[in-house]
Amino acid sequence: MASIEPAEGGSHKKGPGVKKAKKLSTRIDMTPMVDLGFLLITFFIFTTTMNTPTTMDLFMPKDTENEQEQNKAKESGALTIMMGKDNTVFYYEGQLKVDETGNNFKSSTFKEIRKVILDKKKAVIADHRHDDKCEEIRQNWKKRFPADPDWEKACLDRDLVVVIKPNEEATFKNTVDMLDEMTINQVKRFAMVDISEVENELVKKSTGGQ
Amino acid sequence: MPSVKIPKKSTHVDMTPFVDVAFLILTFFIMATKFKPPEPVEVTTPNSVSTKDLEEKDAIMVTLDKEGKVYFSMFSEKDPSVFRSVIENMNTTRNLGLTAQEMANFSKTAAIGVPIAKLKSLLSVPPDEHKNIKMEGIPVDSANNELKIWIRDAINAFSGKKLNLLIKGDNAAKYPSFKNVLKAFTENDQYKFNLITMPEDAPLGSELYNFRQKEQKNKSAEGSGK
Repeated sequence: MASIEPAEGGSHKKGPGVKKAKKLSTRIDMTPMVDLGFLLITFFIFTTTMNTPTTMDLFMPKDTENEQEQNKAKESGALTIMMGKDNTVFYYEGQLKVDETGNNFKSSTFKEIRKVILDKKKAVIADHRHDDKCEEIRQNWKKRFPADPDWEKACLDRDLVVVIKPNEEATFKNTVDMLDEMTINQVKRFAMVDISEVENELVKKSTGGQ
Repeated sequence: MPSVKIPKKSTHVDMTPFVDVAFLILTFFIMATKFKPPEPVEVTTPNSVSTKDLEEKDAIMVTLDKEGKVYFSMFSEKDPSVFRSVIENMNTTRNLGLTAQEMANFSKTAAIGVPIAKLKSLLSVPPDEHKNIKMEGIPVDSANNELKIWIRDAINAFSGKKLNLLIKGDNAAKYPSFKNVLKAFTENDQYKFNLITMPEDAPLGSELYNFRQKEQKNKSAEGSGK
């Protein structure tokens, strides 16, 4: 300290040859900092996984040999959807009827199948007959969703069963999409079943010809 | 003639707000980033309207790649002993002759994708190098369903805990391999699965869409989600 002070005192009078100290600018060039900042931003944008995966519940039934334990579906409420290769979709209502006059085996697409399902649902609801079992379903519904004002309608579509039958050329995506369609259309009863030979032949005949 | 003097303006721009914003965004991304876990196989999952989040705490995950090959992995957050019990059991019942180091490698393996007979040669390689190995997939056909054995052992090891059964399938995987995987689970008396998907909005105007709107209105409602 002592060594600095005299120098300061002496700076009042500028002697000859004493130059004025250059005033340094307080501005800093921030360009490299910005560069680095944006580089890091870019890095994090690329590595980040924004939407975390979700899971879709799937319940499979127990394999039973016993026919009495198997779920029975009313023919009037059944809709069978089959999936083949190249995202093709086929369906029929009730039971498959194949004879010379034609059959009820129809072709569709993943976009159009929603309308088919909804039409079937409407038909089932229109067909509904009230009985004692209905009350049970209603009460269960009321318990599960106490705030749902539509509990009275809960059992109207109970006869609707959608059977999903992917064949061996359908992909996992097709299967998940179709299961998703059940959630979207609020189909409460659906089953994933192996395709029968007759059906598979029809599917293959239709997809092979294209 | 007097010339008009134009004041010389500095070309310096004040970058401070710019830097502020840049670092704010940077901080956001650092905070929000969740690094992708090392994936054993490249899998593009399908989309679904489901809103349930994926839980990977205690779980068995079966992965199906685009060729339909099956991989098996386990997740255990707190209790690493399950890995040991599974591999030790596999070692004794199948006479694999694994060394202690090889068994330790099992818990670090992201996914097993080889038949049990070839397990030793897979585990003898350090887990970091597994992604360079071409795995042939666990056999799942009805004649030789080894996945069933893996699942059985894993369920036993996790006994008493809530276990999530995850199935992660590739868009292009064919249905029969998915069916075989389901069969391996159902034969072990497991009927509730979670399929891993990417989120997607419910289509506008569909029944689910209306249902969710309604659900949002009565917020007191219980049983959200599906």
